[in-house]
Amino acid sequence: MMNYLLPLKELTLARFREQLRQPEVLFWVFAFPLLLAVALGLAFRNRPPDVIHVAVESGPRAEALVADLKAAGGFAASVLSPEVASEELRTGQVALVVVPGDSLVYRYDPTRSESRLARIATDDALQQALGRRNPRATADHIVTERGARYIDFLIPGLLGLNLMSTGMWGLGYAVVDARRRKLMKRLLASPMRRSQYLLSFIAARLVILAPEVIVLLGFAALAFGVPVRGSILSLAVVVVLGAMCFAGLGLLTASRAQTVEAVSGLMNLVMLPMWVLSGVFFSSAKFPAAMQPFIRVLPLTALNDALRGIMLQGASLASLAAPIGICVVWGSVSFAVALRTFRWI
Amino acid sequence: MTPVPSASSASAAPSASAATSAHHTDSASSAASAPPAIRCRALTKRYKDVLAVDGLDLDVPSGECFGLLGPNGAGKTTTVEMIEGLVAPDSGTVEILGLHWGRDAIALRERLGVALQETRLAERLKVIEVIRLFRSFYRAGHDPEEILDLVELREKRDTWVDKLSGGQKQRLAIACALVGNPDVLFLDEPTTGLDPQSRRALWDVVEEFKSRGGTVVLTTHYMEEAERLCERVAVMDHGRIIALGSPRELIASLGADHVVEFALGSGAEPLPEAELVALPGVESARRDGPRYTLTVTEPHRAIPALMGELERHGGEMTELLTHHATLEDLFLSLTGRHLRDT
Ligand SMILES: Nc1ncnc2c1ncn2[C@@H]1O[C@H](COP(=O)(O)OP(=O)(O)OP(=O)(O)O)[C@@H](O)[C@H]1O
Ligand SMILES: [Mg+2]
Repeated sequence: MMNYLLPLKELTLARFREQLRQPEVLFWVFAFPLLLAVALGLAFRNRPPDVIHVAVESGPRAEALVADLKAAGGFAASVLSPEVASEELRTGQVALVVVPGDSLVYRYDPTRSESRLARIATDDALQQALGRRNPRATADHIVTERGARYIDFLIPGLLGLNLMSTGMWGLGYAVVDARRRKLMKRLLASPMRRSQYLLSFIAARLVILAPEVIVLLGFAALAFGVPVRGSILSLAVVVVLGAMCFAGLGLLTASRAQTVEAVSGLMNLVMLPMWVLSGVFFSSAKFPAAMQPFIRVLPLTALNDALRGIMLQGASLASLAAPIGICVVWGSVSFAVALRTFRWI
Repeated sequence: MTPVPSASSASAAPSASAATSAHHTDSASSAASAPPAIRCRALTKRYKDVLAVDGLDLDVPSGECFGLLGPNGAGKTTTVEMIEGLVAPDSGTVEILGLHWGRDAIALRERLGVALQETRLAERLKVIEVIRLFRSFYRAGHDPEEILDLVELREKRDTWVDKLSGGQKQRLAIACALVGNPDVLFLDEPTTGLDPQSRRALWDVVEEFKSRGGTVVLTTHYMEEAERLCERVAVMDHGRIIALGSPRELIASLGADHVVEFALGSGAEPLPEAELVALPGVESARRDGPRYTLTVTEPHRAIPALMGELERHGGEMTELLTHHATLEDLFLSLTGRHLRDT
């Protein structure tokens, strides 16, 4: 047993040291997802509700309409000449122009959603001010809950993305590099077992995994208050499964390639569709229904679904059986095929 | 004119069967009890349209340093890697220390030390980390720190591999080959590209290994290296062994100990080879354009005679070089080509 574990330990240590001694690896594994989280978190931060910009054309009772809107709150309204009002509508400085008169005329472009909103809100405020009676009383209950914001959606996606890229690049690149340098051949000329070599990659991946996940989720919790609602244990299980699944895919992609260029091309071919389709940056539900069955079975979609389920909905592992199953199948099938096709020399 | 030894006459004189035991009494006696370190029969390997190794037979007794010499593409690396179990032969058998790759691969790996022709070890590991890694693969072996001293890399103990010079990298490769305390050591061009000093340092390491009874298989382009380290040498060309024997024997098969090379100035009439061979002390002559190569038994008689001949013939000598015959000369006389094509 010791005879088997000692080389495994040394190989893992070697692999781990090599990674730590490569600044670019540290950047892609640790810094890049943080930068992405910060950039996207800032771009899509939740803003206070927008003020609606409305122009009222000069005319009888124009001033009164402006006063009514100001009293209702949430409007920036002013009286403008018809020409200026049209100009400002056209350039998007106002969302709606109100033409006063016996009947009010609203001028707006219905393809602009803010204009449609402005039409409804303005009409509502003016009718109210003019004495409309509501048949039933209503009350607003304002909700901005943690867990429902864009950043909350984004962070599990970034975690999944990171597990994918680190797993695939980490394994794929290292395997092809060792093959190209004939380091693999040299190792095979020693009594090292092939399984020790492959397991050392898995072991080293697991060692890097913990800091990788803790840094991203810790940062997200501190900076944005992104929650982890499910159990940490379930999260750990899903993270490890996800990492193994992509380690398997990485190994498969690298199983025959002889040059770094070849493996890079293959990696991109495998990963790019998932970057786009698997719901990292926006929900994969936006794609047409016909594509959904395909998207659902992609390993990154499954991993992201499971991560979001645990982090945002506090789901249990049992309720995530389907996405977890997809990850397990992808991982084990790719390992099995990779072992059969692996080019050792 | 003494015929230059051809491929057939070379294998007839110090041939494979004779050479295993004839002249090496200490290893011959041990060969009777222990199996030979290496025995190959009819090894063949073809790569698409290239016959890299062509029905090769090889016996290396235990304790011998055996050299494989030959020009680029002769099949040395392919041969060695088939013996090392890294390349599968198309046909033929390999037996090492009485074991076979098919049955005893793991036991065999424990007993072999390998330095490939070209391996770039992990760049960002320290020297000592690499040696320790390789040590961990073997059940028994040397202390990595001792090996560090043996290959004189003590000062570079904590240096990253990619910061080592070429010679230091070669020494590290040999350290990795030695750390499992092998019985058989394979070195594929261990000194190619090294300066003379690093080369001699490596030779010392090999000699130290030999002095402890190890068997060595070494490929090289350098004649001095083979002459210095190897008890026996096989000269390979086009996947076959074209001459086999001790460096002394092989040189002796040239029929003369010395080589005289000279060149005539442009415009000089060519000197007929037959006239040169007729000179006292000259065994053979070969002309290549204005350049002549004579194998000579007695240079002190041959050179004055050559000068006299030139006087009569009329022609200006632009170069004159004499040296002890080497394996390089043997290769040239066997194939008409130089070992290292420049
Ligand atoms: N993997 C391979 N694929 C195709 N051809 C190969 C391969 N390896 C070797 N060869 C060919 O086999 C022949 C013998 O090659 P080998 O490497 O054994 O020569 P060598 O004697 O070691 O030469 P060198 O002195 O240059 O190292 C060459 O013609 C080479 O091109
Ligand atoms: Mg070679």
